[in-house]
Parts: sequence; structure tokens; C-alpha cells
Amino acid sequence: MKSHVLSQLRSLEAESIHIMREVVAEMQRPCLLFSGGKDSIVMLHLAVKAFAPARVPFPIMHVDTGLNFQTVLDCRDRWVERTGVQLVVASVQEGIDRGLVQEEPNGSRNRIQTPVLLEAAEKHGFDALFGGGRRDEEKARAKERVFSFRDDFGQWDPKNQRPEIWNLYNGRVHQGESIRVFPLSNWTELDIWSYIEAEDIDLPDLYLAKEREVVERSGMLYEVNGFTPLKDGETAQVLSTRYRTVGDANLTACVESGAVTLRDVVEEVAAVRLTERGATRGDDKVSEAAMEDRKKEGYF
Amino acid sequence: MTTTLPETGAAESQHEVVSGDLLRFATAGSVDDGKSTLIGRLLFDSKSIFADQLESVEQVSKDRGNDYADLSLLTDGLRAEREQGITIDVAYRYFATPKRKFIIADTPGHIQYTRNMVTGASTADVALILVDARKGVVEQSRRHTFLATLLGVPHIVVCVNKMDLVDYDEQVFEQIRAEFTEFASRLRVPDLTFIPVSALAGDNVVTRSENMPWFDGSPLLSHLERLHVASDRNLVDVRFPVQYVIRPQQNDTRDYRGYAGTVASGVMKPGDRVLALPAGLETTIESIDTADGPVEEAYPPMSVTVRLADEIDISRGDMICRPNNAPTVTQDVDAQICWMDESASLVQGKKYAIKHTTRWARAMVKNINYRVDVNTLHRDEDAQEIKLNEIARIRLRVTQPLFVDSYQANRQTGAFILVDEATNKTVAAGMIGGPAHQF
Repeated sequence: MKSHVLSQLRSLEAESIHIMREVVAEMQRPCLLFSGGKDSIVMLHLAVKAFAPARVPFPIMHVDTGLNFQTVLDCRDRWVERTGVQLVVASVQEGIDRGLVQEEPNGSRNRIQTPVLLEAAEKHGFDALFGGGRRDEEKARAKERVFSFRDDFGQWDPKNQRPEIWNLYNGRVHQGESIRVFPLSNWTELDIWSYIEAEDIDLPDLYLAKEREVVERSGMLYEVNGFTPLKDGETAQVLSTRYRTVGDANLTACVESGAVTLRDVVEEVAAVRLTERGATRGDDKVSEAAMEDRKKEGYF
Repeated sequence: MTTTLPETGAAESQHEVVSGDLLRFATAGSVDDGKSTLIGRLLFDSKSIFADQLESVEQVSKDRGNDYADLSLLTDGLRAEREQGITIDVAYRYFATPKRKFIIADTPGHIQYTRNMVTGASTADVALILVDARKGVVEQSRRHTFLATLLGVPHIVVCVNKMDLVDYDEQVFEQIRAEFTEFASRLRVPDLTFIPVSALAGDNVVTRSENMPWFDGSPLLSHLERLHVASDRNLVDVRFPVQYVIRPQQNDTRDYRGYAGTVASGVMKPGDRVLALPAGLETTIESIDTADGPVEEAYPPMSVTVRLADEIDISRGDMICRPNNAPTVTQDVDAQICWMDESASLVQGKKYAIKHTTRWARAMVKNINYRVDVNTLHRDEDAQEIKLNEIARIRLRVTQPLFVDSYQANRQTGAFILVDEATNKTVAAGMIGGPAHQF
């Protein structure tokens, strides 16, 4: 007799599919936030599986900071081509040009992408936005709901979240309000990578190690390129590196790694001793409560 | 001064974990009985804490003048909580060993947060109840145990914590065990285990304690790794709530019509005779599809797409079951509820939106049968309103039939939520059925 026990990866997959179907069944106009990073790609892959053989019944939105790695854009376009999903692009540069947001002194567009995102969501009338956030990423995320209620300013109030009991999600909102939905809430970084390997998911090649010319700044390694050129007095070195997260090209650091295949990455992630955000995101170093503050403003 | 924590023999590396299954457990305890420290210990000793997280904890502990790294800082996430030194909401934590992946729903213990305990326990396979060895079984231990049984958590593990502060005395442990067992006999507890631990010192958390040779049970982590949860699921009664109808508007798949959903219980196979509710029509399962191709059987919690041999009008909220094993079709629902709204109480005659499986309807409160005191289990049959964190038995009249089982028999089809139609807030968790508990 069969055991009828689902492996943990298939349990997570089933849960994510359940969540996505629930949103499509109940919400007026969902949209998937697509950064081109591995989490949003896994999310899109799950969306394809949830509605097969039909096409993904909602658009994806890329908030384009203008600071993209080219391979990320190429990968995004491959996914759009392959799945036939509709792509909406919201441009941060255009937001800056129109005066909606102002460039921050440190060159990070992480924070200023929020108003651009909220404006685009409002313009398109999206009442549910899928995000790739995971609860294991950061302490403030550990308390995030799967269906996260946002007021009509797109803001998250940690003290005013709906209880989430069983898998009975409540997406009911008033006009102007919306929900963020995190289908990957219960996945860890290792789950994501194990799944990418198991499903052989197409990712930007940044995630795999190769020789890169890098410069070290405050303990972080930045590739020497148009976004992060060498400054006076700095010396570059060539190291085998890969990216663990994909954010703004001017702020995302790489890590030394010999992981050239997905299997290598899974093994590296299983052994690694730093959280991915702590390792490579300059914009998360600001303060311990940085994420909590940004989430309150409407950040993902 | 901050001393670095000794590693008490860590679990093996994580990367063979993908084949293991998933175990969800809920923890409950008071502010002071060391719950956060216990979870911190599990994360730390199973190497699920990253170096930067530990560094941050050690730094903060040092800044506060603590003598040891305060592992509770690992889990107390929101700034408001860190400032007040309490946990105010359900937090989810993850760790894995080569045998299993674990999801912890970490719920605060204060009296006002019954709501969170109910939330955390709703999906849990195991409830971890912490008892301070110096204080014994307190009101809160009883409340948490009651709530865990109310939510149908099949396994309860009582960790008698702070054994280091009672000189690892077997008598203290045995006394608490006896008292707890006596109390639990009034509840429906299918599986009850006691483990003497010191979360701070690491005794019996991941490794067997040398300080308590008299204890012949497993340390907590091995117990959780070995706990048999597969048979807790209902594999007998086929219940497939239709979530979404997949009808591709594409040329190549124009004739496709599939019913997407998550198997709530039972095992479904192609060729099975099935009954669709509320239509009341019988047909046969033609195929059970997934994006990876058809499967030979589907069981909980698989998300699949079912195709039927005959064209029947089925939509979201309908239920597929077996002709000779159907849920109860009813508009009258007797249930225990936990009220979760702080701004309004439940009163007789009030109407709410109700969500049961994938079906929404409206429900009116016909009667408040009684309110249960979660500490004494005493019933108050004169209760006129049910306030935040109160548990009651009520009767609802629903605008359209629901397809229900008792919660005790089926945690999926026996559960519902009530939603306030004005605020859209989720205001109650409901458990359908006869008196599931002997209080």
C-alpha cells in the first residue's frame, strides 16, 4: 500500500497552488509582482502549474528600477515569451522624471520603487498583488500573513492583520484597499533552490558561479561594471562568484562561490551560514528594523 | 559578558532534507516560561540560525548586559515586541533536519491572545505546551491545552522547562506529569507526551540530557522527528471542494473543463464513481490532472485538477465526494467558535459572511448555547454576547446549504470562518459538530 505522504517540497507546492487559485477565484484583478529574481520566477512557475493547461490568468508586473542586470531582463523576456503571460512594466526612472519620487543620495532605488509600484497598481486597478516574500527571510516577515491586508495607502499595519485560520483565506476588501499575497510564505531559501533544481527552472545566470572581476567594499564584493565602476584607490580582483539575490545592479553584491550548477547551489545553500539578505543586500544593512519600516510604507 | 552558546551536538547538515515530509507544530507558553528560548534552542542546535542572526543576538544581549545570549531575541521579531519584551502575534519559523522540515507557529501566551493560539493550532500536527518546572501546571497551561484540543491538534507534547532550576529533580517532573494527566483526562487528547527540558541549558532539546538519567524518553527534537503524523489525516472520506474551474480559452485546449482544488480528505482515483454536490448528480472521475501530467491517485493536501466523465454544472464552492459517503448537507450549523474581533462582540441575530471550504454564504446567529470558560471549562448558559478571545457554542442558520462534516472527523470540512460584512475582518473561527469535548 502506498504511504500517501507528500514530500515537503510537494506539500509546499500544493499549498502555493492552492493560494494562487484562491486569489484568482476571489479577487477582481490580481497581478504577480515580478522582479526577475529567483523567488518571483518560482512564483510564476507555480502560477503556470496552478492553471495548466490554461494560461496564467493574470498579468505580471515588473517595477523597473532602471538598474537591471541585463541577464535578468533577458530571462524575464524568455518567461513572457514561453508562457504567454501579459507583462506590465512600471518605470521608476519615469517616476523620477515626473517628480513622483526623488532619487536617494545613496543611489538606492529600493525605497523609491514603492510609490511607483503603488501608483501602477492603482492605475491598473489591481486588488491583489502576489509577492515572492518568504517568512524565513527576515524577522518582520515572520509575522506576515499569506493574505496581507493593505489599507488604501497600500500600507501594512502589523497590529491590524486578519487572523488566518486553517487555509480559509479572507481576501474581502473595500474599494481602494488591496491585499498582498505571499504564496511562498512557508518556503525557505533551501526549499526554493531544491525546487528550482527539481523542476529545472530557467533562472538568470547570475545565480551560478563564474569568474567575475570584483571589488571589495565594506566586506561585500561588487562586480566591476557600468553600475559599480572601480573608484579611485580601489583594486579589482578576479574571483569565482555568484549572486544570492538580485536587486538593483548598483547595490547587489555577489559572494565567492564555486557553485556552477543548480546542484552545487543547493549544497552551498544547505551549508551556508549567513542569511541571503545579510550577505548581499547593502540596502538592508541600514538598521535592524529596516524591513519593518519599509513594509509599513508599502514595500514588499 | 556574553558567553557563546555551547553547541550541544547539532543535527546533521540539511541538504538531504528534500525527501522528508512536513510537520507543523504550534508552541504556546507564558511570557516567562522560556518558549522563545526553546525555539531559539531548536533553531540554534539544528543549525538553522545563521551566523549574522546569531551575531546580532549576541550583540544585543551584550548591550543589555545579559550574561548569556538571549535566544528569545531570535524570534521576537517586531520592534514593538522587542521594546516590550513580549510576543504580540503569531510568528512562523522554519527549520529542517535530514528527516523532516518543521514549520513552527510561535504564539504568544498572554491571556488576551487566545486568538493567536487558535490561529497557530488550526493547522498544527503537534502542540508544544511549556510548563515552568518551578510553577507547575498553571491556568495558562490548561487554557493552551484546551485550545489545542478544541482545534483538534492530534499530538500534544508537554515540555516541563527550567528543570535546571529545580535541580533536575525527577519528583518535580512526575508531579507535574500526574497533575497534567489528570486535567487532560477531561479533554480529548489522542497523544500526550511529557519531556523534562532546560531550553536555556539545552537539556533534552536536541540531545539527551546527562543531568536527567532517570528520563528514558526521547529528547524533544528526536520525538518531533519520529512522530507519526501520516495517519492523522483522513484518507477515508473523499472530499474535494471545487476551488476554480479551469476552462482554457485557447484553441488547442478548447474542450478542456477541469475542476481545480485541494483534496481535503480521502483518496481519489480515476474511474471512481463520484457525487457532485449540491447538484446531486453522479458521474465518474475521468482523469486527475496536474501540470506534470495525470496522476493515479490524489490525496491530501495535493492540489489537482479533476475531470469528470459527464458534463455536470459544477462551480466554485461545490463539493465532489463518493455517492455512498457524502458530507451532511445543511443550512443549520452547530459549532464551537472562538471570537477574534476586539471591536464588536457576537450577539444573537447578527448576520455575518461565512466561508466554509471554498464556499461563501451568509449566516445568522440563531442562538448562543453557552460560553465556555477556557480556564475552568465551566459553561455559562446565560451568555448574551461573545467577546474577543471567548469560546462559545452557537447555532447558525446559513443562507445556502453547506457540505459539512464534524470537525472531529474532518479538520477541513468541519471548519469555517465568519467575516464581518461591514469591516471585512475575520471575526471568528468555527468548528462544526457534536460536543467534541467532554467539558
